[in-house]
Amino acid sequence: MKMSRILGKIYVGLILIFLYAPILVLIVLSFNSSRSRVVWGGFTLKWYGSLLKSTTIMNALWTTFLLAVLSALISTVLGLFGALGIYSMKKRSYRIMLFGTKIPMLNADIVTGIALMLWFVRFLPLGFGSILLAHVTFNIPYVILCILPKLRTMDIYQYEAALDLGAGSPYAFFHILIPQILPGILSGFLMAVTLSMDDFVITYFTKGAGINTLSTLIYGEIRKGIKPEMYALSTVLFFIVLVLLILVNLPYDRFFMTAGTGSVREVEHEK
Amino acid sequence: MAKELIRFENISKSFDGTEVLKDLTLSIHENEFVTLLGPSGCGKTTTLRILGGFETPDKGRVMFDGGDITNIPPNKRPLNTVFQKYALFTHMNVADNIAFGLKIKGKDKDHIREKIAYSLKLVGLEGFENRYPSSLSGGQQQRIAIARAIVNEPQVLLLDEPLGALDLKLRQGMQYELIRLKEELGITFVYVTHDQEEALTMSDTVVVMNQGLIQQIGTPEDIYNEPQNAFVADFIGESNLIDGIMIHDCLVNIGGLDLPCVDTGFGNNNPVDVVIRPEDVELDADGNGPIKGTVISIVFKGVHWEMHVESSIGITFLVQTTEHFPVGSVVGINVDPYNIQIMHKPSSEDAQVFDQLETIPGEDL
Repeated sequence: MKMSRILGKIYVGLILIFLYAPILVLIVLSFNSSRSRVVWGGFTLKWYGSLLKSTTIMNALWTTFLLAVLSALISTVLGLFGALGIYSMKKRSYRIMLFGTKIPMLNADIVTGIALMLWFVRFLPLGFGSILLAHVTFNIPYVILCILPKLRTMDIYQYEAALDLGAGSPYAFFHILIPQILPGILSGFLMAVTLSMDDFVITYFTKGAGINTLSTLIYGEIRKGIKPEMYALSTVLFFIVLVLLILVNLPYDRFFMTAGTGSVREVEHEK
Repeated sequence: MAKELIRFENISKSFDGTEVLKDLTLSIHENEFVTLLGPSGCGKTTTLRILGGFETPDKGRVMFDGGDITNIPPNKRPLNTVFQKYALFTHMNVADNIAFGLKIKGKDKDHIREKIAYSLKLVGLEGFENRYPSSLSGGQQQRIAIARAIVNEPQVLLLDEPLGALDLKLRQGMQYELIRLKEELGITFVYVTHDQEEALTMSDTVVVMNQGLIQQIGTPEDIYNEPQNAFVADFIGESNLIDGIMIHDCLVNIGGLDLPCVDTGFGNNNPVDVVIRPEDVELDADGNGPIKGTVISIVFKGVHWEMHVESSIGITFLVQTTEHFPVGSVVGINVDPYNIQIMHKPSSEDAQVFDQLETIPGEDL
C-alpha cells in the first residue's frame, strides 16, 4: 500500500520534471552571466538589460502586445455576435454552425497559415494588417466556444424580466444579459490574447518581411546562433503567457456572483 | 360587475406548425383574480406571454382598457410578471433587483429606498436588501420576485406557475399570502397553473383550458359543481364519468337504469356524459337503493375512505365516504338527483382533446 503510493509520487514527479525541467533550465540560463550552457558564471540581469537596449527586440515585443490586444478585442466582439447568432439558431443549423466553428480549431496551424498567406497576398500587402487579420481569424472560434456555454446556461427569463420591468432591449442586453455571460466573454478575450502571443506558425506565414513578433524573432535569431538574450526573451514570453493562463482559469463565476457594492447604484435612464 | 380591463379577441398562435391557441376569446375584469388552468401544453402559458408582450399572436388582438396593445412591446405595458423560475437578476442584490423598474422610470433615490422597504415589508422579508438571490431559499426568492413586480404598481400582475417549485407546506402558505396581497393592492391578478387545488383556492374566476381551447369559464364553485364537459369534470377533482342517454328532461338512463336528475334542455334520447362526484355516491349497508354493488377495494385517505364499488349496472364507482365498508360487502348505491351532473357529449375536436389528455408529453408551451 505504502509502496504503491511512493511509486505514484515518483511517477507524478517524473512527469512534472519532463514537463517543466527544460523550461526551468531555460530560465536559469537566462540569469547565467557565462555564455556557456554548462558552466554557471554567476547571477546576472545583463541579458535582460540588453533586451531593453535592442530596438529590434523592443519593437517585436510592442508588435506582439499590440497584436494580442487588438486581435483579442476584435475577435471578442465578433465572437460575441457569432455566439449570440448561433445560440438563437434552431437545433439543426446550430449543430452545423458549431461544427463549422470547430474546423479551424482542429486544422493544422501550418495549413491555416499557408492558406491565409495565399489568400492575403492577392488582396493586401503582408505586414501588421495581415497578421492582425490572421490572428482575428484563428481567435474567433475560441471566443465563440468560451461564450456559447455561458449563453446556454444563462437564464433567458432574466432578460424578459428586465423588459417586463420597463427596460428597452439595448438596456436589458447590456445590463442583464452581458453581466450573465461576462465570465465567458472575459475568458474568451484572455484566451485570444494568449493564443495570439503564443502563435508562431500562422504569424510566420502571414507576416511578410520587416516585421516580427517575439516568437518569429526568437526563431530568426536562433537560426543565426543561440545567444543568451534569447533565453531571457523566451523567459519573458513564458511568464506573460503563464500569467494570462492563470487569469483565464480564475473562477469568475464566484467572483461576479459575490461582487457588487449593495448600494443603490446610479443608472442612466432609458428613454 | 366590475369594468372590463383586458380582452383577448380571437387569438390564434402556432409554434412550428403546432396550433397552441385556437381562436381564443376571453375577458378579464378589473380587480379580478383570474386563473388559467389546464394541463401541460394547453396554451395557458402562451396566453399569459401574449398578455405580457413576449409573444405576438398570429391572429386576433389584445385589448387593454379600451386600447389595442397587441403590438406594444413588454416594456411599454402597464403590467408586470412574476416568472415561473423567478428570474431574479443574479448579479444584483435584493435591493437592486426591486429597484430595477423604478430606476428605469427615473424615480429619485429616496422614493426608491422607501418603496424597497415597503415592498419587502409587504412580502415579509424586511432587512433583506443586501442579500444576493443565490443566498435565498426558493420561497424567499419567490417573494422577492413578487416584490420586484408589485413595486412598479402595475394595473395587472401576471403570475406564471409561481408556486410550482415550492414544497407543499410553503405552497399552501403562499396561496393565502397571494390572496392577502391581492386584497391589499387591489389590482388584477392573472394566474397560470396546472394545479386545480391552487386554482380553486385563490381565484374569483377559473378559466379551464385544454389544447388551445377554453373548456369552461366560471367561479371555482361552478367549475367544480357543474363542469360543462367531460374534460373539466375529469381535470377538476375526481369524478365518475359515465356514458348515459337523456330520456327526456329530468330523466337519464345509465347502464340500462333510469335515474331522476334535475337537468333540462338536453333533448330526448340523446347520448350525454354523466358526472357523479365520488363524495356524492351514498352507500347503504343494508343493500337498499336503486343500484346494488360490491366493494372491491378500500383505501384510507385521511379525511375519508376511498372505495371502488362494482355495481349491478356494469359500472365501477369511485366512492369517498367517512364510513368503512370491508371489501366484499354488498351495498346499495344511492345518488341524489341534484348530484347527477349532465353534460353534452363533446364535439369531435373536444373528444379528441379528451382522448389525448393522458398522453400529452413534454414541456408546457
